[in-house]
Amino acid sequence: MRLSYPTNVKIVKLPCSGRVDVVHLLKAFEDGADGVYVAGCLEGDCHYQVGNLRAKKRVAYVKDILDKIGIGGERVAMYNLSAGQGPRFAEIAREMSEKIKQLGPTPLRKSGGSAKGVKLTPGTTKEEAA
Amino acid sequence: MIIAEPKPIDEIIDSLKDFNRILVAGCDGCVTVCEAGGMKEVEVVASALRIYFKQAGRAVTVDEISLTRQCDRPYTAQLADKIDQYDAVLSLACGVGVQFLAEDYKNKPIFPGVNTCFMGGTEEKGLWTERCQGCGKCILANTGGICPIARCSKRMLNGPCGGSSDGRCEVNKDIACGWHLIYERLKELGQLDRFETPTDPKDWNTSRDGGPRKVIKEVSRL
Repeated sequence: MRLSYPTNVKIVKLPCSGRVDVVHLLKAFEDGADGVYVAGCLEGDCHYQVGNLRAKKRVAYVKDILDKIGIGGERVAMYNLSAGQGPRFAEIAREMSEKIKQLGPTPLRKSGGSAKGVKLTPGTTKEEAA
Repeated sequence: MIIAEPKPIDEIIDSLKDFNRILVAGCDGCVTVCEAGGMKEVEVVASALRIYFKQAGRAVTVDEISLTRQCDRPYTAQLADKIDQYDAVLSLACGVGVQFLAEDYKNKPIFPGVNTCFMGGTEEKGLWTERCQGCGKCILANTGGICPIARCSKRMLNGPCGGSSDGRCEVNKDIACGWHLIYERLKELGQLDRFETPTDPKDWNTSRDGGPRKVIKEVSRL
């Protein structure tokens, strides 16, 4: 269909929106994403029965966290569309992109903050983990 | 297992906002199973904290770790070579783990990241229910394997009370009447005659009424 949609949307492909976890969405924001949306199948049409419904709950969970940590829950969203709805996909990309443009860049970008961290294991030192 | 639930992130932020080097320490025991304080929850809380500090323009370190158990000293000791690099620890273990860390690392502020709720089991994914209140004198042998202390809202020993209606508790219709469950179970077991012998008042000395408790198993001591 050669539909165009904003180039600032980076697509992460997953086998099912049910694979999306809370921590994936948070990491995207931690790494500087201005907004994140999950595009799952239409409700009731999940090949794995409830994958998209699980994604919906996780998006809501992250929304609540983002509201409390100064980012704003409106920067994350859940959309449902089928694989046959190409025009709707492009429309959602434009819609979300426009919404995020209105909100402006993530507060992380202009704050100058540089919070960081590593994952340690009991047997290794912080230097080894880094 | 011990059932806990994550504290709201804003409450955690309130505890930690003045620190610059934070370690989020999970526990691979009970709180991992009830999805409140295992490595996965450590990742979520640590990431949320880093986002918060970044947007606040702060250069804070928030590292992540999870110990096999925080209620056992050989495992809490695994933080000994790391803890000096931090000025606060957020423990996602139950209240026992938080206190063990506080006892082992006396000069380090340790904050709780979960609310410890009760001893219970997994009813279904994402749903945990209470089964034991640790009264210290188990009477399950006489009650068909259903605990009136944990399952009856009034902890009655000779129930049900007048508030039991259609098998539900008057406290809340979502709560099954513990004594109704006991009756049905004893009927199934052909042991309804147990109701003919009243249970004596319980000695609560073995419960919290006797103050903080300890268990000694002499044969296990070194």
